[in-house]
Amino acid sequence: MSPRARLAWKVARVRETIAETPKARSLVLEVPDWQGHRAGQHLDVRLTAPDGYQAQRSFSLANAPEDPVPVITVDRIDDGEVSPYLTEVVQEGDELEVRGPIGGPFTWSVGDGGPLLLVGGGSGLVPLMSMLRHRARQGSELDTRALISVREPGLALYPDELRALEPAANLDVRWTYTRSPAPDARDFSGRVSAEMLAALGPPADAAPHVFICGPTGFVEAVATLLVDAGHDPVRIRTERFGPA
Amino acid sequence: MPPITRGFFGRRPDAEPGRLPPGQYLTHDFPVLSYGPTPHTPLEEWSFTIDGAVDSSPSWTWDELTALPSEMVMSDIHCVTKWSKFDTAWRGVSLDTLLEGVDTEGEYLVASCDGGYTTNLPLADVTDGKAWIAYEYAGEPLAPEHGGPARLLVPHLYFWKSAKWVRKITLTLYDEPGFWEVNGYHDYGDPWREQRYQGD
Repeated sequence: MSPRARLAWKVARVRETIAETPKARSLVLEVPDWQGHRAGQHLDVRLTAPDGYQAQRSFSLANAPEDPVPVITVDRIDDGEVSPYLTEVVQEGDELEVRGPIGGPFTWSVGDGGPLLLVGGGSGLVPLMSMLRHRARQGSELDTRALISVREPGLALYPDELRALEPAANLDVRWTYTRSPAPDARDFSGRVSAEMLAALGPPADAAPHVFICGPTGFVEAVATLLVDAGHDPVRIRTERFGPA
Repeated sequence: MPPITRGFFGRRPDAEPGRLPPGQYLTHDFPVLSYGPTPHTPLEEWSFTIDGAVDSSPSWTWDELTALPSEMVMSDIHCVTKWSKFDTAWRGVSLDTLLEGVDTEGEYLVASCDGGYTTNLPLADVTDGKAWIAYEYAGEPLAPEHGGPARLLVPHLYFWKSAKWVRKITLTLYDEPGFWEVNGYHDYGDPWREQRYQGD
């Protein structure tokens, strides 16, 4: 394998901040020589304190790869070090360092084909949103189903945009609320179950590409349900965050 | 000198100086990173094999492997996703024990796992007390999401090299990149040199 140039840290400027929920914010970044990304990839962000102390973390890219500039959505972890800064302190015009995009297995583009099954827990929706935005920008009609698990409607990311995407052919996006009843009869209440996944589809014999992202326990539970329902583990890609 | 981030002061890690590799933060949790579903291979179907550039290819059943002399290993671990965890306690069989009597020309190896995961290492990085097939964590059987029933444990490298659900080690004459290594991650993965991605 030929050695590759080092993935360099670059100084990014925050062009815009977008409040998504009381806990989450999107940052539109200007990155010099940004070459685009594949839906599902992430960006490393590094912050430097006045004494030179640094902290770095990874954040999923939320926007369509077709956009000229990258967007990350950051969910605040209350006892976190970097996410509280990015959700509460950073302002338009501030500079921070980034490197990326990074990540290979947890990516999808319309060229990979369908059907597509996306299951996101909390901010695990972010890389899946990049896939949905990419699909929309490409005018794709590949069979796509998404199930989004969130505590309550007020904490759901991008609800209006997702509902506006929905009239598109072959797209079915549904929510399940783990601590609240579902305001819409199409949606669900409670943790993701075998019944919900069966109602959403596509079935295992349609061999969808499956992407699951969320907290560890969520991903373990959903992946197990799908394997038990006959989905080939090879077609299931996962990304987990947080403690076991 | 990188630019100072306006308004960022950070939390200094509650770790003694010099114990945390560059770019890492200390966690007391045990996060999980895997690219696919967690496999659940029954112990009666489980085996561990050494093959490839070897004169003979030894294999152990679960009962045979766990009957071998084991060691307690206390080590700090470092994940490429930036968390480190100190003083993790494992029990497992040293690769030195498993490679005893195996004659090989190979200078590298590929670890292969249930679920299809692979990772590559120089042979010198798993010998002389540097690597184990670990099957207990904190005094309990290793949980499936953390790689149980058994995982490779190579604590001096980023933790993706400590392949979960390991079933086979293939000795190779040349370095053959594994799953993350063909996906842009560093071929060797030394946390102290911050070798996260290719070119680092």
